[in-house]
Amino acid sequence: MTHLALNDVHVTIKGSHILQGVTFEVPENKVVALLGRNGVGKSTTLKAIMGLYPATGSITLNNKELVGTKTHHIVRSGLAYVPEDREIFASLTVKENLSLAERDKNPHYDLVYSLFPELKTRSGQRAGTLSGGQQQMVAISRVLLNKNSLLLIDEPTKGLAPKLVTEVADALAKVSGSSTMLLVEQNLALVKRVAEHIIVMDQGKVVFTGGPENLRNEEFVKKMLGVSGGSH
Amino acid sequence: MDTFILIAVTGIGLGALYFLVACGLTLIYGLMGVLNFAHGIFLTVGAFFGLWAANTFFKNGSTIDYLLSALVGGIGAGLFALLVELLVMTPLYDRHIDQALVTVGVALVVGAMLSGWFTNDMRMLPSPAWFMDAVQVGNANIPKDRFMYIAVAAVLLILFIVILRFTRIGLIIRAGVENRQMVSALGINVRLAFSTVFFLGGLAAGIGGVLVASYQGGVTPLMAGSWLIYGFIVVVIGGMGSIGGSALAALMIGVIKQFANYYVPGLGDFVIVFLLAVVLLIRPQGLLGKVSA
Repeated sequence: MTHLALNDVHVTIKGSHILQGVTFEVPENKVVALLGRNGVGKSTTLKAIMGLYPATGSITLNNKELVGTKTHHIVRSGLAYVPEDREIFASLTVKENLSLAERDKNPHYDLVYSLFPELKTRSGQRAGTLSGGQQQMVAISRVLLNKNSLLLIDEPTKGLAPKLVTEVADALAKVSGSSTMLLVEQNLALVKRVAEHIIVMDQGKVVFTGGPENLRNEEFVKKMLGVSGGSH
Repeated sequence: MDTFILIAVTGIGLGALYFLVACGLTLIYGLMGVLNFAHGIFLTVGAFFGLWAANTFFKNGSTIDYLLSALVGGIGAGLFALLVELLVMTPLYDRHIDQALVTVGVALVVGAMLSGWFTNDMRMLPSPAWFMDAVQVGNANIPKDRFMYIAVAAVLLILFIVILRFTRIGLIIRAGVENRQMVSALGINVRLAFSTVFFLGGLAAGIGGVLVASYQGGVTPLMAGSWLIYGFIVVVIGGMGSIGGSALAALMIGVIKQFANYYVPGLGDFVIVFLLAVVLLIRPQGLLGKVSA
């Protein structure tokens, strides 16, 4: 069953035509990785789904049209978003960052603290003073507090130390078993570990959809992503 | 020493009034990025609501009646500010220059309407009789009304801090000042925070309007001009978006202005503009403001 469907989505920002007819689907309970070189429109796609950029075309979640819907309504319909640069609230404490994200009557603090026990001990610390990895934990935790039908996660391991990449990847792998997820990620090892489908974008368009097994093909990786598969 | 006490206390009283004007301005700018030139008219509208309440319901000139009139002035101005936000600001969401321009328009139109309706004559606002008395500290006779201004400003400062620190809407406002888009991306209607901030800003300005009317001898449609300018100076010196910064800057400005005017009459305004220039050069984000990313 199709969960999220994008059909001929276009986004133009300050005269630049960023997304040029993006079409793809994210099936229910699957983890789909959105891949591509830098600047091809992956993050813009997530922002367009979230209503953070004005889009044309059609974006539906469980057959409900999202284009033209306000961001907070989109989130309340079950979509959760972890942005590329974490965008935690630096002047608020860890606890305040998490409280702000609470939507359900019984937020899942047990899940959050079991995945990231560090956040419990640092609950009174200002989020701006956390390390990059800890900030990413806060950003991911904000979406895990509530029951969501689809998670949009943008480069969760970007700029993290290898040890923290593993920690974040473990958390995502645990969550991925029970969630529908659209994941933008450059770290191919993580993609191979959690993704069940991959979508490759180039110049604002989808140029490939298929299984993650394609990422084992060195030539495919080099051609589609411009990198060596073995090094990621 | 007596002169020092007199000037310091009257300066703090003046600073209290500046704070009441500035606290709404700083919150509105901090959250929405809007320079709200209509804020002065909130002060005027509040003073007229207070005058109406004092002449209609609270006529016996007691302290309680005065405070209730100030509260009516605050609520009236708060509702007026909310109306301005809903009717004028909302359609221009995220168009900051247009929003600033339209607030100038609101100030001019509403100011002209009030002038047409009430004329520009000063109207006496009933105040408690003890406002005319002075309390002796050492050999200094300090006007008692200054203590009322200080007390009201302190109560509002505490109220704002409590709202911002300990309530969910305060949490949303603080987060919205930092990153409005991300607040929406957490499923929160950030517009609700805008409306709350406009109401609170109008409330403080309205209460300030009633107190300013007592300070300068009455209510007139032209009363807000220099107060709004000082409100902006307080906001810039204190740091845009910082309530604590506004309180600190308002106190500094009130006291420094009084001292400057005591030693060289008329020097106060010049010294404050000089102080503004120095702060902008040394610490452009203001005393307690944050550096923009």
